[in-house]
Amino acid sequence: MDASFLLTQFISGLTMATLLFLVASGLTLIFGVGNVFNFAHGSFYMLGAYFGYQFVSVWSTNFWIALLLSGVCVGLFGMLAEFAFLRRIYGRANEGGFQILLTYAFILIIDDLVKLTWGAEYKSLPRPAGFGGAIQLGDIFIPTYNLLIIAIGMIVVVAAWWVLSHTRPGQVARAAAVDREIVSVLGVNVPMTMTLVFGIATALGGMAGALAAPLRTVTPGAGIEVIIDSLIVVVLGGMGNFWGAWFGALLIGEVNAFAVAVVPQWATLFSFLVMVVVLIFKPEGLFAARKVRKV
Amino acid sequence: MTPMLQLDAVDKAFGGLRVTSNVSFSVMPGEISAIIGPNGAGKTTLFNQITGHLLCDRGAILFQGENLVGKPPRQIVARGIGRAFQIASIFPDETVLDNIRVACLSKLGETRKYWRHVADFKRATDEAHAILDSLGLDGQSERPAFELAHGDQKLLDIGIALALKPKLLLLDEPTAGMSPDERQQTRELIKQLWKSYDLTLVFIEHDMDMVFGIAQVVRVLQQGALLAEGTPEEIRANKQVITAYLGEDF
Amino acid sequence: MTNLATRNLKAASLWAFIVLIFVLVPVLSTSSYQVNLACHVLIWSLFAVSFNMLWGVTGMLSLGQALYYGLGAYSVGLMVDHLGRQWYLPAMGLGVLAAAALALLLGLLVIRVGGVYFTMLTLAFAQLGWQITFKWYDFTGGDDGIQGIIPPGILESGTVYYYFVLAVVMLSIWVLKRMAFSPFGLVLRCVQQNPDRVRFLGRRVRRNQLRVYVISSLFSALAGSLMAGVDGSIHTDMLFWTTSGEVILMSVLGGINQFFGPFVGATVIILIEDLVGARTEYWSLIIGIIIMVIVLVFPKGVVGEAMRAKSLLTRTGAGR
Ligand SMILES: Nc1ncnc2c1ncn2[C@@H]1O[C@H](COP(=O)(O)OP(=O)(O)OP(=O)(O)O)[C@@H](O)[C@H]1O
Ligand SMILES: [Mg+2]
Repeated sequence: MDASFLLTQFISGLTMATLLFLVASGLTLIFGVGNVFNFAHGSFYMLGAYFGYQFVSVWSTNFWIALLLSGVCVGLFGMLAEFAFLRRIYGRANEGGFQILLTYAFILIIDDLVKLTWGAEYKSLPRPAGFGGAIQLGDIFIPTYNLLIIAIGMIVVVAAWWVLSHTRPGQVARAAAVDREIVSVLGVNVPMTMTLVFGIATALGGMAGALAAPLRTVTPGAGIEVIIDSLIVVVLGGMGNFWGAWFGALLIGEVNAFAVAVVPQWATLFSFLVMVVVLIFKPEGLFAARKVRKV
Repeated sequence: MTPMLQLDAVDKAFGGLRVTSNVSFSVMPGEISAIIGPNGAGKTTLFNQITGHLLCDRGAILFQGENLVGKPPRQIVARGIGRAFQIASIFPDETVLDNIRVACLSKLGETRKYWRHVADFKRATDEAHAILDSLGLDGQSERPAFELAHGDQKLLDIGIALALKPKLLLLDEPTAGMSPDERQQTRELIKQLWKSYDLTLVFIEHDMDMVFGIAQVVRVLQQGALLAEGTPEEIRANKQVITAYLGEDF
Repeated sequence: MTNLATRNLKAASLWAFIVLIFVLVPVLSTSSYQVNLACHVLIWSLFAVSFNMLWGVTGMLSLGQALYYGLGAYSVGLMVDHLGRQWYLPAMGLGVLAAAALALLLGLLVIRVGGVYFTMLTLAFAQLGWQITFKWYDFTGGDDGIQGIIPPGILESGTVYYYFVLAVVMLSIWVLKRMAFSPFGLVLRCVQQNPDRVRFLGRRVRRNQLRVYVISSLFSALAGSLMAGVDGSIHTDMLFWTTSGEVILMSVLGGINQFFGPFVGATVIILIEDLVGARTEYWSLIIGIIIMVIVLVFPKGVVGEAMRAKSLLTRTGAGR
């Protein structure tokens, strides 16, 4: 086990962690602010990948613009889903179950809409100009595109931190994550905030999908894998905790990268193992924002 | 005679806010007593501490000589403390009868029977009917609990507590939200229950007719501290209580 | 008392009627395909009813019951495949026991955290089970599944196996129904409605949740093990999350607040699937839209809405 192997896997883990974080942070944000578990969050990620494919491969849009547009389109989709459907069941008895059912319906519908629009076969996306190669570091090669993803992830983290701590909407979101009642006292339009949060969160997920598309193949049904990985991340970090999601993503990304290198077939087992250990010793997550609601 | 319940310098703070501070008193067996105090005085919090819903920061709570601090509600109720809540805590979708019956079954240790229909548990069913009868709810026993009027839901909550055959019963504002007529009836009913079930009873109330009508001992809580304790007459004459709570014209 | 007696009589005659219909299926059917379809209806009904003990009764939405369903199926499939047909019935028993043991273990882990955590963790662990089955090709046959699972002795005949399924399913549903209306079932419903009050009745909430989780999982495994012999083949799809999703759909469609709701839901879905599913590629789009309509417009499900309509009718009738 030499240093170059470690570095290669570390970078690959960091790449995965960044993508995971983009998805999981949205998931945790929606849960934190609105107490909604968006089971379809992975499908918005997948939708982002398809938008990316459409813009770049079909309409030959510039990659950077395509990335932005994918995020925006998915975000609009997300806002529509929240505004037209989810909103109708807030406050109903047994809401948790119906939320999951409704978002489950989103998964099924988005899956088939994607199949209807783009077909069932695999799609792929070229890397953007200038990021097709790799840089050499001693005797190893690090793909520049991976570095790009990591950099974008860092920018998003810093931007999110700034929004959360320095702007009023960010403060409202943080307050809401701790105590929902306080928000209505602050004179905020709660339903509108929720739609907006949903939009931002799904846009982040969509962007992650578009970013990941050149690395992974784009297929319908990818949503469920992504949601389970992000779920593990969120459980690790504590539901509703932004920084917890960041840490969880890092942990799972790295665990995965090294497990894939050592025992490729059983790599997924390791993320589960980490989650089980956390569940046994700290069931509310490593950085729980608030106590878990009991069944 | 050992007290039924003894609080010894009990404290509770939420963040920086001290909600109960240094509260000590003893409740004698068979006594019926009231706790009064302005909104937010910490009355409900005190009940929560007694029943284990909140952990005491400091102090001891003795029930028949045994310290309850640190025990979960489940064990405290098993020792013989019953409670009805400020907001009626019932099972809304079950029938009125089943609300009580589940408590009777629990008391009789029959909740782990998997086979026979609940209606076939004769002893629990009879006990439940008896309790409904004493509350005047027997006529509505087959209705789902959420359909009951607000006041009846509060009575049902008391019924659930009674079904567990408590020695000490804590009632949190039993007449809150009732019409004057209902209050009058409930006052009589509670007095009756106290006698017929042989209870030690502590209730929180804002309704002064009830407090001075049926309590043998009145305790006044203000900003978390015990301001005064005594017979209704003593409390009525207490200068501090008058200025702090009752008002000059009382 | 007479009230109770007539109610018992009514319930019993309803039972007898349902059983009679299913008993007559092989007699009246024109093809073995119809018998096979009826078999699917019965097994899915058991699966859905046992799932609803968790959700409808206790309020615990598990998205991972496919794990136990698959476990039941694979224990039969694997043992018959590796050890021979005579192991068919013992394998069913073992599968059920294994499911109970696994449910106890996982339950201890996932019930400690409530609400949506429970849902998501059950999903995660079920998907883990699916992945293991999928990737462990040498042992499970992976994506190929297992073929040629033929029940032993007289059960080999499709009709006899059908009656075997009918007997096991009806017996199981009867047992579950007894449970649902026993003191234990009452406590479970109370746990759903007001867990804090249940604690203050002196009962343990999580202990009871664990009990029903084990019970539900065990019957799900039984359903799965029955399924192994119906088509003679099993596949990893039985463990996939969509299987858990389907059983949820059946329950809501039928109505989660009525004991027989999921039974009705399972029947309707299997029949629709049979009519439509084979004819369209976009089955999940249709399912998705159905779920949306139910959730937004008819949250009480078929049986629930029917009951409401009935009570409305009788009430206005009595008013006159
Ligand atoms: N869980 C809690 N966290 C934070 N503060 C609390 C909590 N419970 C109660 N408080 C605060 O403690 C104070 C006392 O509350 P408590 O419910 O004991 O009052 P009370 O005397 O029962 O009043 P009321 O007559 O209105 O029922 C209030 O200011 C309340 O806001
Ligand atoms: Mg109070």
